[in-house]
Amino acid sequence: MIRIKNLRAGIGDKEILKGFNLEVKPGEVHAIMGPNGSGKSTLANVLAGKEDYTVTEGEVIFNGKDLLEMSPEDRAREGLFLAFQYPIEIPGVSNINFLKNALSEIRNYRGLPPLEAKDFLALIKEKQAMVELQGGLANRSVNEGFSGGEKKRNEIFQMAVLEPALAILDETDSGLDIDALRVVANGVNKLRNEKRSFIVITHYQRLLDYIIPDFVHVMYQGQIVKSGPKELALELEEKGYDWIKKEDESIV
Amino acid sequence: MSDILHEVTSSEYKYGFTSDIEMDTAPMGLNEDIIRFISKKKNEPDWMLEFRLKAFAKWLTMNEPRNWAHLKYPAIDFQKIIYYAAPKPKKQLNSLDEVDPELLKTFEKLGISLEEQKRLSGVSSNIAVDAVIDSVSVKTTFKETLAEKGIIFCSFSEAVQEHPDLVKKYMGSVVPYTDNFYAALNSAVFTDGSFCYIPKGVRCPMELSTYFRINTAGTGQFERTLIIADESSYASYLEGCTAPKRDENQLHAAIVEIIAHKNAEVKYSTVQNWFPGDKNGNGGIFNFVTKRGICFGDNSKISWTQVETGSAITWKYPSVILKGNNSVGEFYSVAVTNNYQQADTGTKMIHLGDNTRSTIVSKGISAGFSNNSYRGLVRVAKGAKNARNFSQCDSLLMGDKCGAHTFPYIEIKDPSAVVEHEATTSKIGEDQLFYCKQRGLDTEKAIGLIVNGYCKEVLNQLPMEFAVEAQKLLSVSLEGSVG
Repeated sequence: MIRIKNLRAGIGDKEILKGFNLEVKPGEVHAIMGPNGSGKSTLANVLAGKEDYTVTEGEVIFNGKDLLEMSPEDRAREGLFLAFQYPIEIPGVSNINFLKNALSEIRNYRGLPPLEAKDFLALIKEKQAMVELQGGLANRSVNEGFSGGEKKRNEIFQMAVLEPALAILDETDSGLDIDALRVVANGVNKLRNEKRSFIVITHYQRLLDYIIPDFVHVMYQGQIVKSGPKELALELEEKGYDWIKKEDESIV
Repeated sequence: MSDILHEVTSSEYKYGFTSDIEMDTAPMGLNEDIIRFISKKKNEPDWMLEFRLKAFAKWLTMNEPRNWAHLKYPAIDFQKIIYYAAPKPKKQLNSLDEVDPELLKTFEKLGISLEEQKRLSGVSSNIAVDAVIDSVSVKTTFKETLAEKGIIFCSFSEAVQEHPDLVKKYMGSVVPYTDNFYAALNSAVFTDGSFCYIPKGVRCPMELSTYFRINTAGTGQFERTLIIADESSYASYLEGCTAPKRDENQLHAAIVEIIAHKNAEVKYSTVQNWFPGDKNGNGGIFNFVTKRGICFGDNSKISWTQVETGSAITWKYPSVILKGNNSVGEFYSVAVTNNYQQADTGTKMIHLGDNTRSTIVSKGISAGFSNNSYRGLVRVAKGAKNARNFSQCDSLLMGDKCGAHTFPYIEIKDPSAVVEHEATTSKIGEDQLFYCKQRGLDTEKAIGLIVNGYCKEVLNQLPMEFAVEAQKLLSVSLEGSVG
């Protein structure tokens, strides 16, 4: 699905990703954990193609193609989806209209005609039910006046409609109460299948009680410093990140 | 981001062609003889000529207003303008076949079919069009259909000949020639425009539309529109404008007057797309327009909706005088400036009657190196009981080289008035754009979506036929303007 090799990137002169490596196969769920400032969100933004970041070295192959050569919109059309840590408001543009445009662009890129209006509405209805999004939200302006939890849920709803090959969840659990967390996790779990992959970025182990990852990676200072099975998350929860920091320093 | 900026500001003004139509023009410059020339060309009665000469005498005593508007432009040399240009031959046209084929082609390119059978945009659209090219009205469609209901819809020149009583009674009653410098100039030299009268109790069955086109080099366009809605009548009026691309600036100074009698309603919508100048700020139309309506009778309503995307300079304040009790004035505006365009636009709501209400929604969008100002006056006269006004002025900035300004004037002379003013300024963020792109939308689509969302309240006020056009226009005007 995606192979990231020796990725170095940063903002201006400040290098944040310092030789990052990761391979995600179809159907796998990888959790990336790590203390604040370890470069988790930078990784998500670099993969999605945010222009503030400069890639200085490395390679990212996504579905056999050079991801770093692609524009952000083409990455999306190829099937990469980023659930934002802080979803953006677009006043006056309804969620449905936004998604209709997005889906048409993605389909067009793949040589498919836009969905008929009634098929599109049926799709919206189905996905709304899947992620337990209240009817009103789909018709409201994108994220405008949404609570923190509603915004995150809306990200999952968009993901459900756009059906990406690889979804990156950037701290989707932050700011969610336990009920919202469960709804979001349920949405993700329903979207899991043998083809679709996930990179779940989180600060806390909590989310991983609901979304069970195949692998857990610990990120520190722009690199993965430890990888392991899902139990690694529990170990982190117990020992805290200081354990990793110390271990990392001792290696150096 | 700067790449995109560079990439998209190269988008071309689509209506910048010129038409090779044989023109009959007046000598350049302005003096009494030119005014007599125009009046004679139009075979006008003496009272009309007198009106022009009085206006001209007044104009000579006035100075070009240069101090208060937030605009910068070189002084206009009023002697370097041609004040009359008409497609030849200027004779009464009886059928469409007699119209110069070049002219028909021009309007086809503009997307305006003058052929009545092929109604605008093909679908069930129902619009009567008065097409004004340079100084004269060349064709008014659907006249006969309207006449059956007693509606008069014709060129201003024709109204002077055929309906002199109505013209005499109402012309200058809302915008007197003494009103301002450009109103005086227009009153002296105006060459044509549209005239519309809706009789008592008649609801106009179709949209009435005037399409203005400046064609000849070196000319100014000075048209007047006069709309009279008699008691309990209704009309919806559309105005569209374009001009060829030229290196020099061309002057457009129009007057629009609306009179709404008791229980009458007039909705006036404009999509102004005059040539805005090139991306270095060369050329473009100087647009100095006085638009004003009076809610003369009780329970009358006048609503202005404008989408302003063109012109190098826009100076325009469509206003409503709320004289009748319970009368309503509305102003919905989207003004877009890109590159080096400058707009100083807004409205005046003058509350005179009791229980009058006004609403102002202004959306300014500035990009490139442009400047966009909202200037609005809300005045409640002494003794005007229970007046209400709500104003909302939003500015959207794209990039960091442009400016947005708000100049609200509020004059309240009666303590029973309730006036609210809200203003916001925001920036199209890279974050918004990135969010859209991450969902598969390219920059152009993303800007179109964001801007149309921002203007939704205003666009919703436009008649269907215009709304679609306006949405496209907004996207095109702003292509690649985000920094």
